[in-house]
Amino acid sequence: MRARLALVAVPLLALAACTGSSASTDAAPSADAEPTGTVTVFAAASLTDVFTELGQQLEDQHPGLDVQFNFAGSSALAAQIEQGAPADIFASADEAPMTRVTEAGLAGDPELFASNRLVLAFPLDNPGDIRQPDTAGIPSLAQYLDHDLVLAVCAPEVPCGVAAAEVLERVGLSDAPDTFEDDVRGVLTKVELGEVDAGLVYWTDFQTARDTLGAYTFREAEAARNRYPVAVLDDAPNPRAAQAFVDLLLSDEGQQVLSDAAFFEP
Amino acid sequence: MSRTREGAGVPLPLLLPAALGTAFLVLPMVGLLVRAPWSDIGPALAAPEVGQALRLSLVCATLATLLSLVLGVPLAWVLARSRIRGRSALRALVTVPLVLPPVVGGVALFTVLGRNGFIGSWLNEAFGITIPFTTTAVVIAETFVAMPFLVISVEGALRAADTRFEDVAATLGAGRWTTFRRITLPLVAPGIAAGAVLCWARALGEFGATITFAGNYPGTTQTMPLAVYLALQDDPEAAIVLSLVLLAVSLATLLLLRDRWLGRSGAPGA
Repeated sequence: MRARLALVAVPLLALAACTGSSASTDAAPSADAEPTGTVTVFAAASLTDVFTELGQQLEDQHPGLDVQFNFAGSSALAAQIEQGAPADIFASADEAPMTRVTEAGLAGDPELFASNRLVLAFPLDNPGDIRQPDTAGIPSLAQYLDHDLVLAVCAPEVPCGVAAAEVLERVGLSDAPDTFEDDVRGVLTKVELGEVDAGLVYWTDFQTARDTLGAYTFREAEAARNRYPVAVLDDAPNPRAAQAFVDLLLSDEGQQVLSDAAFFEP
Repeated sequence: MSRTREGAGVPLPLLLPAALGTAFLVLPMVGLLVRAPWSDIGPALAAPEVGQALRLSLVCATLATLLSLVLGVPLAWVLARSRIRGRSALRALVTVPLVLPPVVGGVALFTVLGRNGFIGSWLNEAFGITIPFTTTAVVIAETFVAMPFLVISVEGALRAADTRFEDVAATLGAGRWTTFRRITLPLVAPGIAAGAVLCWARALGEFGATITFAGNYPGTTQTMPLAVYLALQDDPEAAIVLSLVLLAVSLATLLLLRDRWLGRSGAPGA
């Protein structure tokens, strides 16, 4: 939707990639064999850009390897994995969806590889006239918001909404939102279209819309930050290649790609 | 095969695909029934948010259907009976929402009725009215998506109706408006009813345009499909329960209406 058409294209492509990826080929289980075949990564939508880049790097390092992605909301991905979707890796935008997968006995201990936090994004023409308060240090969200502003946040069923509910509760503005969107892209769209005065989005999502949006950081975001866990699934069709991807993600190289995209350390 | 029941002997080339078609349409619903945590349905129905979403769904779908009737029946008449130029282009234009992904429809509504839209900004400045994120926006989004179904059905009924009755009315001195009211409308009433049911059902299930244009807020814009989709994110069982509630209520409503309005006309000879 919006300039949104471009953003819609991303999940659609991910879906297309996903449908083509069911035929994972097992790598030969010899100790020093190169990872080959297809590896399928289920990853949170907010990881789309960085994971695509890391996948490309891994394919360049291992010519016989094909990395496929399914990017969607973390909770929806967890549900798909519970339903037996043929994934090798699950990377979630929050710990709760990962816990669902590990508690179902579908993956071992996950590793944290990044974190993210919310910012208050607003259209550049600033229809709600939200101003930086004249105080020392990082301001509180309460100094930006009031009940008259039209505010979009994620729904509490998805990770960005859990964080949004937490920061709003901390400042006693739980009833301030005017709409609870199904994912962070929905919030971003409504801010970009200028239909809301402000929206709570991830810092990394704001980076993708810097040309059209402004954003304020606020101090409650730090405590409500969400951590990204990753795990190789127990039933991974291609565990060797899956491990290679996770190794790259946790390496200095992988961490650099993440920090270039404005992700925080876990 | 005995001839006592008319039409009981279905030719095999029709029977097989018909049976497959039935299975294809019915099995997913059977799946829902099998997977449903039945013990949770009572508490779910009693939950205030569910009642709220259900009530909002029914009210908005009904208002959208009424709005579609008021605007759509005259539009169908223009498409079927008038001789204005560019009629086929007009028909193509007004049925565009059928092929448009509803999410795109929601964005399109923003461009007209949103805060920055060319009508919306005027409404905002002149009257202080903003439409997005209100129940009105839900009704508008649902009407936008569902009205073409009504227009197509009514237009089809108008084209199939015998125009000789209208001609006779005209020769007896009835004006075009009187003819429309006294002859055409009663003649195509079953088509209008079928179109209204189709429209209502489509409005009830509407998701994409609604969440885009009206947002999602419990009590004002969160209809059942939105509640189901969000429940699916973290509690698939709750989503199944909500789906069944919506399914049961819509089936009950349609059956009730069928008995009231269409019951006799559907059974030949009755």
